[in-house]
Amino acid sequence: MSNASFNQFQGNVNTDKVQYIADPQLRNIVNVSIALERPLLVKGEPGTGKTLLSHAIAEALGKRLIIWNIKSTTEAIDGCYMYDTVQRLNDSRFGSDDRDVNNIKDYITLGPLGDAFDSEEQVVLLIDEIDKADIEFPNDLLQELDVMEFYIKETKEFIKAKTRPIVIITSNNEKELPDAFLRRCVFHWIEFPSKKFMAEICNLHYPNLKKNLLDQCLKHFYWLRTITKIRKMPSTSELLDWIGVLLKSGISVDELMKGIPFLGVLIKKEKDLEAVLAKAQFPT
Amino acid sequence: MFVEYFYYLKEILPTVSITEYMTLLQALNKGLIHNMMDFYYISRSILCKNEHHFDLYDIAFANFFKDASIKLTDDINQEIWKWLQKNTDILHFPFSIREFQNVNLEELERRFEQLLKEQNERHDYGNKWIGTQGQSQFGNSGLNTMGIKVAGGVGLRRAVLIAQKRIFKDYRKDIIIGTRQIKVALKRLRKLDDIGKLNELNLDKTIDLTAKNGGDIDLFFEKRKKNNVKLILLMDVGGTMDPYIHQVNLLFSAANHMSHWKDFKYYYFHNCIYDKLYENAARNPKRAIDFDDFLRKYNSSYRIIIIGDQCMHRSELKNPLGAIYDGATNKKPGIYYIEEIAQHYKNNVVWLNPEPNTIEWMSWTRLVISKIIPTYPFTIEGIEKAMDYLRTNGKNSYTSVEQLKGVPLAFY
Repeated sequence: MSNASFNQFQGNVNTDKVQYIADPQLRNIVNVSIALERPLLVKGEPGTGKTLLSHAIAEALGKRLIIWNIKSTTEAIDGCYMYDTVQRLNDSRFGSDDRDVNNIKDYITLGPLGDAFDSEEQVVLLIDEIDKADIEFPNDLLQELDVMEFYIKETKEFIKAKTRPIVIITSNNEKELPDAFLRRCVFHWIEFPSKKFMAEICNLHYPNLKKNLLDQCLKHFYWLRTITKIRKMPSTSELLDWIGVLLKSGISVDELMKGIPFLGVLIKKEKDLEAVLAKAQFPT
Repeated sequence: MFVEYFYYLKEILPTVSITEYMTLLQALNKGLIHNMMDFYYISRSILCKNEHHFDLYDIAFANFFKDASIKLTDDINQEIWKWLQKNTDILHFPFSIREFQNVNLEELERRFEQLLKEQNERHDYGNKWIGTQGQSQFGNSGLNTMGIKVAGGVGLRRAVLIAQKRIFKDYRKDIIIGTRQIKVALKRLRKLDDIGKLNELNLDKTIDLTAKNGGDIDLFFEKRKKNNVKLILLMDVGGTMDPYIHQVNLLFSAANHMSHWKDFKYYYFHNCIYDKLYENAARNPKRAIDFDDFLRKYNSSYRIIIIGDQCMHRSELKNPLGAIYDGATNKKPGIYYIEEIAQHYKNNVVWLNPEPNTIEWMSWTRLVISKIIPTYPFTIEGIEKAMDYLRTNGKNSYTSVEQLKGVPLAFY
């Protein structure tokens, strides 16, 4: 494989839909996982853009994004396909114009995983928050992600991936994932952005933001993050929301120097708020 | 060289497997790695799947490549090198976690290499050159606590705190690796009951009913099945349980983090259960529940897991006011409370004992208690068996060899 085809994801995405910067390491790892055809498992503090990453990849590579949101009740088979028995029973009784009761295929709908396999073009498949599901869930996906195929027992058919999708998996560390599953993945931990990198991110989202205002925002923001008592640390997404609110309110730098207005946007828990107020020397 | 790298890492990060190594080779093969920085991050992503292990990886990486870079320097005076390597041929780098942060690696390495270039004779007891028994940051058996250990061996070992695996064991967050196994074991305890709305289609029944109905569709819906197990953990804390505190924490965090139970409660006690059960491990009497209230509050549908070493003085079990802590108010002996629990919860209570069963010795109290409440060793296997017991309400359970092991013949 040549270098040119390897260096696919450039890391910077700035379109109407998605604004995203990946640091060089993340960019590299994304490309490695694409080249190695292995799922990329992304972990990191909440709000560091784990989910957004796959949107950015899809946007940058011009591919369709298929999202599979995992819930506590999700099972592996839900991602593959669903067999609508009730509809078929109903049709067998009352008949249907566009479905053939004798053709079981008419009653099988593919899930997100099945969709991704069935697609003619390569797609980006996001398996979001895999740790939400049952502890055995990732083990049930091993075969599917390894060989990229699954079996529909109703039709006795194998659905095989036409093109291998780019698989991005996110986890919030609620449950530990099984070793067998981890072995098949490439793993990346999104580090919390440094001040400099954070400024870049903010500039991307708010191109008209004045430098001194941004500096002051970041100063407040990183000061908040030094308070160890806070349990839900404000993250990138909260900072961006906060700057958005500040801009809308038309606040001046001088006012911002005096305190942290709209603190509730950054700090979401009551106890955390108390911790901040105990430390703060200024009116909020 | 990469095989060495792999085995080096595997020794420190046992989770690394051949699969991952092959993936790394694949990445190298495909030309995805252009420089050391790439190698560092990509090999980390492939080999190290948990951020808690990153620190270990960093250290292992630094250590391994320190060796390589120095070994690969051509102009090393071979004689010195041989002499330094007389004990082992590995060049250690100091990496006790605390010390590690204080050492400027690049600086140390640069100076080391420079010294290697300059030094062309053997040195002992000096404070600058590489040698044995000196105060320089380099060499063997020296007194400087922060420095490069050259060629480890027996001796003073003050030169560096060598990479002893024990140090890392404390820093590694193995806990989660452990809890996964326990969680899987605990999952055996499942009693599915109907819960919620009638919203799940029972296909077989529907077909049956439809056929009986002369082909007219008759849908049959059921309630969703959900685990209906309510669990209470009673934990012995303090004293003889201290050595097992880690194990108990594992079980507790595993049980606590499972969304598996319908209800999960926990209480603490010390040595034996008496008239109060405490809400926290500090056993504050103000935050406690009376034993009788406990039985009233939690009916026999709850499953009880007691964790404790069942090891105490005879009097703590047999005598009124036998509890060994201050202000003990138990009017009845400990054995009364144990029997009460056994009677109240019948086959819904088990005891997990972390103390290994040995042929030589078994505390008398353990014998007494384990006759009243079924006791299993606090191992993964033991937990599995205990869960099976709870799930089947003690049906088809038999005394296992494991349980009998160590019980003196006279007691049979």
